[in-house]
Amino acid sequence: MDTELLHRIQFGLTISFHFIFPPMSLGLGLILIIFGVQSVRTKDPKWRQLSLFWTKIYGLVFAMGIASGIVQEFQFGTNWSVYSRFVGNIFGSLLAAEGIFAFMLEGGFLGLMLFGGSRLGNRLWLFATTMVVVGATFSATWIVMANSWMQTPGGYEIKDVGQGDQAFMTSFREVVFTPSFGPRIWHTLVASWMVGASLVLSVAAYYLLKKRFVEQAKTMIRVALPIFTVLAILQVTVFGANMATEVATNQPEKLAAMEGVYYTGDCVPMTIFGITNTGTDTTKGLQIPCMLSILVGKSPSTTVQGLTSFPQDDWSNVNVVFHVYHVMINLGMLFILIGVVASGLWWWKRKLWDKRWMLRVLVASIVLTQLATLSGWWTAEFGRQPWIVWNLLRTDGAQSPNVTFSQVATSLGMFVLLYAVLLVTFLILLNKKIKAGLPDMPDEDEHESLPDSFGEIFSRRPRAHSREKAEV
Amino acid sequence: MWLNTTWFVLYVVIIGGYVILDGFDLGVGILSPFVAKDDRERRVVLNSIGPVWDGNEVWLVLGGGALFAAFPLVYASLFSGFYMAMMLVLLVLITRTVAVEFRSQRESARWRSTFDWFFFASSFGITLLLGVALGNVIRGLPIDAQGNMSLNLLDLLNPYSLALGVTGVVMLSLHGGIFLTLKVEDPILERVTRLIPKLMVAFFVLMTATIGWTLLLDTPITTNYSDRIWIAVFPVLALVAAVVGWRFIRAQQYLQAFLASATMIALLMGAVAAGLYPILLHSSTDSANDLTITNAASAEPTLMVMFVIAMIGIPFVLLYTAGVYYFFRGKVVLDDESY
Repeated sequence: MDTELLHRIQFGLTISFHFIFPPMSLGLGLILIIFGVQSVRTKDPKWRQLSLFWTKIYGLVFAMGIASGIVQEFQFGTNWSVYSRFVGNIFGSLLAAEGIFAFMLEGGFLGLMLFGGSRLGNRLWLFATTMVVVGATFSATWIVMANSWMQTPGGYEIKDVGQGDQAFMTSFREVVFTPSFGPRIWHTLVASWMVGASLVLSVAAYYLLKKRFVEQAKTMIRVALPIFTVLAILQVTVFGANMATEVATNQPEKLAAMEGVYYTGDCVPMTIFGITNTGTDTTKGLQIPCMLSILVGKSPSTTVQGLTSFPQDDWSNVNVVFHVYHVMINLGMLFILIGVVASGLWWWKRKLWDKRWMLRVLVASIVLTQLATLSGWWTAEFGRQPWIVWNLLRTDGAQSPNVTFSQVATSLGMFVLLYAVLLVTFLILLNKKIKAGLPDMPDEDEHESLPDSFGEIFSRRPRAHSREKAEV
Repeated sequence: MWLNTTWFVLYVVIIGGYVILDGFDLGVGILSPFVAKDDRERRVVLNSIGPVWDGNEVWLVLGGGALFAAFPLVYASLFSGFYMAMMLVLLVLITRTVAVEFRSQRESARWRSTFDWFFFASSFGITLLLGVALGNVIRGLPIDAQGNMSLNLLDLLNPYSLALGVTGVVMLSLHGGIFLTLKVEDPILERVTRLIPKLMVAFFVLMTATIGWTLLLDTPITTNYSDRIWIAVFPVLALVAAVVGWRFIRAQQYLQAFLASATMIALLMGAVAAGLYPILLHSSTDSANDLTITNAASAEPTLMVMFVIAMIGIPFVLLYTAGVYYFFRGKVVLDDESY
């Protein structure tokens, strides 16, 4: 095994582990905003009760996101120094912009959000939550921008000013709005919202199965299920389809690997299930005739380029890309089915509440959405290989030349152990929070005495409210 | 060229912001086993930094991003050269984040004391490691013509850098101790106030020794300080700030004392930066391989874009940082949502 492969394994492991958490907090954030808006609008304390419960889970998920995310800011430099020198002018600025616009916003307001339940009235708490969620969305935006530049670089020129080739910025606008950025950010955000919605669905369905917090669980489903269903449909028909067109235009060899297309032609079929064989250049399985051509160019006569029209040196690992991609799209279809059936059962005389098999499916949905987002990310990243920056810099050779095999092996071992412990601990604590259930219905008088406007915050005596409580 | 200098200054400001802000919560972590004796007291100490530690840590992340954007060659050389040390830093950063978050999630005494220990050890570890890293940057590093260096962990643990690391631990313990006086009540407050004078004395001795040691080393800092003598205002003002801080502590005016401590840290960072300028990483093998604010920087378009971004972003950051600190002012009161 060579050192480059170890670097890749470590990067893949750390980023995949990290990628479990941000989509959950993005999606859960959206739901928390809805709960908060309902709180402000209806003044019904049940919404505040839901916010209290889910904000605690949000805190746990967010902490895992921070813990695993901090690695990302440094490991380009530690493990990929050649890459870092090459892209610093461009990629570095996008990361720094993420830091100042997104992380600072999240970091600033997270404390207010997490501690808001006992310190802030409905409106200010909603404000703090919204700021954190806006921060998280900015963060996703900048990071997808940075990654999109690696997929479809633009606004740069390559020069050697004495430190090897470097990409210099010629147009910030073109760096930021690369051709793949638009479709990719929407695809990612929608996927993240689905993950958050499915987490809420999963917990609510669990409560319904256990006959605990039944009313609150129904409320959660009423909020999360429509979101999940509508997004599941849009994801496949609009945002996913846009991605296919984008990849076909900008990274045709990636699309060919995803679909296992070896020979250029029109009326190319789309494989639903199947296996691909790079030895014989064939893909077999259940196929819809001409569907890929239709997806890419809205017409069966659209030409789709095959892998054999590109040098084999530039192929990604077709087997991996083909399969992770198919895991993603099949899960995408399954989500439509789950959403439509569950919504149908709900509309039709509210049968959803006692259809135990459907509730069990909903409980499992969080695992499936997680698997879908991960396979989507893997498709994007494995599909970009053998390039670290598409058609500009190869992954092999972009690693730090001064870091030895045994150093990477040691750090990889450390991450494997650490992440295993973290994941298990996270699941234990999440499980404990879910089993502990919702807090008592908040006392209206109590939270109405909390500050709910900036004026009240800046005029009140420090912590007067909490003091009184402590004295009683 | 003014952009390169501006980014050097901005970078020092970010790192200074990190050391001042995360510095006090790291200090609180280091002091926690010494000032808190039972579970409730431990929680009070932990919650004194509860709502703000995460925002403080963001400054380090921002430091990483800004270095990548403004001085990518330093980012690449430094972090790959410090590979194992960086992995240790990441390990302790992760440990600390989860220790804060997980600690009070279960009632079990063993669970809590385990994470209390992690909280202490990781706070100590981050401070020591970053101090050692700064020590090595000041001493100079074996950078070759390609900008690479091969170091193992033991090379970094030289006596000078360790001394700087220990000084850093004492400095941040003091800083964290002063912060704690604003947040806790007796009996923790009493323990903290008894500890502060001892820390102050230790800090004076160590800092004087480290500054002397630094000037004895054969580095660009020594030459720079003799060439442009006016930059001595930084260490001199830092000394003034320390004395002023000491007087505020004696007068039990802790908020002023904390601000004095923060000012002192900023001036000390300024003292190092002024001594290094325009070098970012000094090569101990050949000064032709030095990474400076010109040869290691991004080109002008990037620096300009980043400058605009910083000018838009920084006022917002300062505004809500100040707002959050104001909101959570006063002594810690534990409730359902506390850590």
